[in-house]
Amino acid sequence: MLQGKQSWVFQNHPVIKATGVSGGPFEANGMLADDFDILHDDLWMGKTSYEQAHRILLEEAAQTALKKAETKPEDTQFFLAGDLINQITPSSFAARDLKIPYFGLFGACSTSMEGLALASFMVNYQGANNVLTGASSHNAAVEKQFRYPTEYGGQKPPTAQWTVTGAGVALITKNQSNEQLPYTTSATIGKVVDMGLADPFNMGGAMAPAAADTILTHFQDLNLDPSHYDLIVTGDLGKIGRETAIGLLKEKGLAIDENKMKDCGLLIYTNEQPVQSGGSGAGCSATVLYGHLLNEMKKGMYKRILLVATGALLSPLTVQQNESIPCIAHAVSIEI
Amino acid sequence: MADSKKKNKTPEQQQYEKFEQKYETKRPVLKNCIKAFFVGGFICMIGQLISYFYIYFFHFTEQTSSNPTTATVIFLSMLLTGFGIYDRLGQFAGAGSAVPVSGFGNSIISAAIEHRTEGFVLGVGGNIFKLAGSVILFGVFSAFVVALIKTIFIMMTGGF
Repeated sequence: MLQGKQSWVFQNHPVIKATGVSGGPFEANGMLADDFDILHDDLWMGKTSYEQAHRILLEEAAQTALKKAETKPEDTQFFLAGDLINQITPSSFAARDLKIPYFGLFGACSTSMEGLALASFMVNYQGANNVLTGASSHNAAVEKQFRYPTEYGGQKPPTAQWTVTGAGVALITKNQSNEQLPYTTSATIGKVVDMGLADPFNMGGAMAPAAADTILTHFQDLNLDPSHYDLIVTGDLGKIGRETAIGLLKEKGLAIDENKMKDCGLLIYTNEQPVQSGGSGAGCSATVLYGHLLNEMKKGMYKRILLVATGALLSPLTVQQNESIPCIAHAVSIEI
Repeated sequence: MADSKKKNKTPEQQQYEKFEQKYETKRPVLKNCIKAFFVGGFICMIGQLISYFYIYFFHFTEQTSSNPTTATVIFLSMLLTGFGIYDRLGQFAGAGSAVPVSGFGNSIISAAIEHRTEGFVLGVGGNIFKLAGSVILFGVFSAFVVALIKTIFIMMTGGF
């Protein structure tokens, strides 16, 4: 049901029945290694190119989610996925092997919540019984496309972020079992916000206004205040973006307790890992939500969370042509 | 160009730019310069030692030893790139490891490794000078301009 300007309320409470989360060697040394289902100790994952390894990450996560939910691919109506590689080939190639009818999504690093919002909408209105949705990224494949060669010795500034190698996939189904499972209650679809920043090594700063805009709109549309949630988690703003977003919200009159505002890019790695401002990438919010955060919810740590995945809608071409970075953020609220 | 960029920005965007800068972590410029000075100097010292090695053991002169020395330094930096060490050194040293000729070697071999999966001709061949290409182009061009200035100067002053 549409509520307010740009929010959906899912009154039938679509359930996140099971999730699959895969990651690479750098994530295995991170903070949340225990929350991954599959961890690879090699960035190549037994393949001959990083792009193929990227596809494997997504495939494995999807198969893990289906296996845990004891659902066959044939019984899954749709697969909604996206990533950062040109023409989202890792997702499309994974869809080829999964043989599930497929929507390819591109929302940069906000793809995870774009997929979860759409999947919840479909299930809520009986458009499907089972929908698989996910997002993924591979550090070396993404760096290759957006930056310099991986082995190039360029110095990254402290505002830069580290692309997560990982995939997070969830199976969204109708609410029918008595088991206590996390379910989605509402979603706010963000609009593209461009505040004129053009530095591709400072994505957090560029994305913060988009995150703040979506969070504000979410509370306005649903007539809520921040105390409604135990936790508000942004996708990959990193250290600088998170602080900027909190500052922006404060300026707009929305005071959020800083301890309740987390960021997936800051949760995933340890302080010792050389990630500058934090983690990023389409796989960042997907792995942290579908792994760590849902596990914490099942343990009873949090009852209601709002996940705001942020995406920078740039390409290497637009950066070289000196265009600024348009950004987007989508929010989905999850309860248990 | 920074000015023309600023002109295209709305007042709201300019205001945000100022607001955001308060939260930005600045590059530690002085620390970076010191690190670059020592690492760059150390690389050059190794180059100097290699140069002496060629002079004392292979009968090169001070002028002719620079060619084999450059080749050796580039070879070493290629090995370090292949073993995944040079990019870490680059993050630490910045310009210190980028400016010496070893940085040139790193830019070539890293592009070659990166595009190996796209084949030898279009992958490695087409991309190997992706980063180094502009160094070669503008290096050769600026050498030409400097040589031209020198030639004109000599012609006008009669070699004075």
